[in-house]
Amino acid sequence: MKILSAKVLLPILGAALVVGATSGKTVTVKGSDTMVIMAQRWAEAYMAKHPGAVIQVTGGGSGVGLSALVNGSTDIANASRPMKSSEMNQLKERYGSLGVEIKTAKDGITLYVNEHNPVNELTLEQLREIYTGKITNWNQVGGSNSKIILYGRENSSGTFAYFRDNVLKGKDYAPSCQHMPGTAAVVNAVSKDKNGIGYGGAAYAKGVKEIAVKKDAATPGVKPNAQTIKNGTYPISRYLYMYLRNRPSGEAKQFIDWVLSPEGQAIAVKVGYFPAK
Amino acid sequence: MDTKIKIPEGLRKRMRPSDWIAAQSIRAVAVVSLITIFLILVFVVKEAVPVFTGHAETSQAVAVAGPNASKGDSNASPESYGGASDNSAAAAPESYGDDSFTAAGTAAAGDSSQSDTSQAAATQQSYGGSGPSDAAAGVAAEAAPAAPDASGEELSKPKPFTPWNLLSLSWSPVSNENPMFGVWPLILGSLKVTFIALLLGGPIAILSALYTTTFAPRWAREIMKPAIELLAGIPSVVLGFFTLVVLASILQSIFHWDFRLNALVGGVGMALAVIPIIYTVSEDAIAAIPRHLTEGSLALGATKWETNFLVVLPAATPGIFAALLLGVGRAFGETMIVLMATGNAALIDPGLAKPVRTLSASIGAEMAEVVQGDLHYSVLFFLGVLLFAFSFGLNAVAEFGIRDRLLKRFKGI
Amino acid sequence: MNKKIIGKLAMGVTALCAFGTIAAVLWIVGTIVWQGAPTISWTFLTSAPSEGMTGGGIFPCIVGTFLLVLIMSVIGVPVGTITAIYLSEYVDRESTFAKWVRFAVNTLAGIPAIVFGLFGLGFFVRFGGGGLDAIFSHGKLHWAQPNILWASFTMALLTLPVVIVSVEEALRNVPQELRAASLALGATRWETIWKVVLPNCMTGVLTGAILAVSRGAGEVAPILFTGAAYFLPQLPGGLDSQFMELGYHVYIMATQSPDVEATKGIQYGTTLVLLSLTFALNFSAIYLRATLRRRSIQ
Repeated sequence: MKILSAKVLLPILGAALVVGATSGKTVTVKGSDTMVIMAQRWAEAYMAKHPGAVIQVTGGGSGVGLSALVNGSTDIANASRPMKSSEMNQLKERYGSLGVEIKTAKDGITLYVNEHNPVNELTLEQLREIYTGKITNWNQVGGSNSKIILYGRENSSGTFAYFRDNVLKGKDYAPSCQHMPGTAAVVNAVSKDKNGIGYGGAAYAKGVKEIAVKKDAATPGVKPNAQTIKNGTYPISRYLYMYLRNRPSGEAKQFIDWVLSPEGQAIAVKVGYFPAK
Repeated sequence: MDTKIKIPEGLRKRMRPSDWIAAQSIRAVAVVSLITIFLILVFVVKEAVPVFTGHAETSQAVAVAGPNASKGDSNASPESYGGASDNSAAAAPESYGDDSFTAAGTAAAGDSSQSDTSQAAATQQSYGGSGPSDAAAGVAAEAAPAAPDASGEELSKPKPFTPWNLLSLSWSPVSNENPMFGVWPLILGSLKVTFIALLLGGPIAILSALYTTTFAPRWAREIMKPAIELLAGIPSVVLGFFTLVVLASILQSIFHWDFRLNALVGGVGMALAVIPIIYTVSEDAIAAIPRHLTEGSLALGATKWETNFLVVLPAATPGIFAALLLGVGRAFGETMIVLMATGNAALIDPGLAKPVRTLSASIGAEMAEVVQGDLHYSVLFFLGVLLFAFSFGLNAVAEFGIRDRLLKRFKGI
Repeated sequence: MNKKIIGKLAMGVTALCAFGTIAAVLWIVGTIVWQGAPTISWTFLTSAPSEGMTGGGIFPCIVGTFLLVLIMSVIGVPVGTITAIYLSEYVDRESTFAKWVRFAVNTLAGIPAIVFGLFGLGFFVRFGGGGLDAIFSHGKLHWAQPNILWASFTMALLTLPVVIVSVEEALRNVPQELRAASLALGATRWETIWKVVLPNCMTGVLTGAILAVSRGAGEVAPILFTGAAYFLPQLPGGLDSQFMELGYHVYIMATQSPDVEATKGIQYGTTLVLLSLTFALNFSAIYLRATLRRRSIQ
């Protein structure tokens, strides 16, 4: 019985090997979890318009995408943070180029709190102290007397890195900050936890309340929306990038050009982000 | 019962060639599959060895050296940036696209052959505004999202990595300031979850086994045994899903802990995974107790429960112990349940209702993001070595230590 | 009087544990069935995810899981069977070699699944893939990446002990007299194995294969970084493609989907499909094993 199935299967597998080895037009996109919904919609829409093109999308975090870029296992890396110099170095070591960076959309990192939380706005300073563990109780920032429960992303996340570099000024998160595997998990956790606070891309905020962020105690709080991000009044906004090893060519180039076109940018808006320009 | 037929010497020469080929190939395949276990050890250790043999600079060290260098002294630019003077593409990734701001940024970087400007541009692009936002940055400033004031707060330079870092008390591998690869929080996390899982699952499983083999009527046993073993058929990812989505909320509404996802919740989920294993093996052990023991005890006037608890259970101790060891092994290395339900925070805290980060969850969560070959990658493999060593040690203890010794104790049976 | 009460209590406690466990099982299965059944439909099972993973179905996951266990079985079941034959027919049971082998198999069975994933990454993807690349693609990166081939190899290794143990048990159940008779009639050892022993323990081989498949379909940790992907627009086209998988999909949907509340239905639906698959496999294995026992008792 085993031999029989082997006789049948080996040729099939052999054929598959051959077929697989000669397949060409697949573009692999890996990386940012923040961008993965958008990337997947882009892939869907692009493939609908260009039958024959194959765009594969995987998430995992900006770190995943960029290391896959360095490892060579992806064509395009999605990143919700700029490439680190160490990653640039590794790219240079292995491929002799510093990579190509493409700004595909803008995003505002939103701070979520539970819908029943009375706090509505926080300054950047307060956010920094909350996430580094200096402020531990909601009543220190105008809320009820309860412990602040911190939710964040995994180390591989670009959002994690960006938040740490720009809001925490490079300081480490408090050790009690829980690492959730994805923004959706952060939102889910905060929606179920009265004392929770979390951060993530603007597109995910469902079932939670957005905090208006103030640059400092004097300026008014700003909520992330198309206007405030475009004119830069929302303090925590960032670009969402696609990185490649070399200048895009072939199918990848067509895909990227389409992503940057009004059509692609409209999809970014539909998903909840903002156009790159 | 030995199933190998011993062919007498004289007949052995009559092996046909096909027979000999068959024998050799079978031997080859079997040997290959048996040495894979050693292969596993070798390869996991091989990838972990660089932790000890010197990754002098971590990728973090190189990263931080960048902004530090460009802050003051423009000439102290590390060569590793790919000297801008000969490389017209500048020490930054090229930018592509219609974005006019980006084009300007590239132009500014490309035109200047001075290392410091392109250095600043490189910093600008790589840190999204946390570097010194000076002249070159001014061009890209309108395009760059208004980052919070890039105050020149000096990040302390990280200490170079030494293997002693592994013994530190915090796990933050991607920290800018000070990447820490301390394994203690992770080991503690795994131990906590294992402890809770065994504490909850062990007694339940053993007592259930006792019930179905001794107290329950025959027909009930035929139904209950498969029902409990059904739990073994549930994949761990489903148990993790159930714990995350259903159990966590229920437990939170009962206990009102600070943290909704914590070691206790993970432990409850893990108990569900561990119960069928302990149950099956304990059940086998209890059922194997010879009847004359039970009958003798009853004949001497003991009640049913006295017999079961004071005679049968102690007699089945070797098997039950083996069952518990199997449960510990499973709980320590399980990944999916803890990845979804424990909050994944590398805390060192005696409390049980606090989030934890286990060895297995760290590997599972971080492996995909590391660049193959760098320090973080090697450390994760080192965590794998720890897991392997633990399960190996446990198995060795079970095989060679406990079973033989305990069997000798109960040899009188 | 005292004893009677303690007796009743003791029995009560153990009964509670047993029934409690069964209740827990029913609760878990019940919740999944109840919440997941509304999502199951022909469309769900045969279409790909759409609407940014909040709609559509799980067809690629089902196909991916199927391909994974297929390739895994093709690799793992023969190897495991042959190893079991070797252990049973060619080696003395009490020899030190046999003891070491048994120890090795037991240890293999106890290694956490994630360590298999690490090994898969380090050995199959990097070492094996690198080797293939050096030979076939002149160094260009093609095979040294996570794909379904390496994931299947990893899973085959993971389930090897299951196969070995099952087949060995079946081989042990073949009466010694059969072997002796066959050899007495002039057959060689290999002929005996191939024509007399094996056909009699096919149920055991099948049981082992089914249990391995059930384990392989359910484990997610080893494929986290050796081949599973979040969204693939096409079904895997060759051994070098990545694949979507049911268990991985459950994990992804529960933690990284675009909208956790909206995709609840999909999560439960996928879980239900996965659970049905593993249960069906386990039940058939149990049934086969019962048949095996009945037959050998006669």
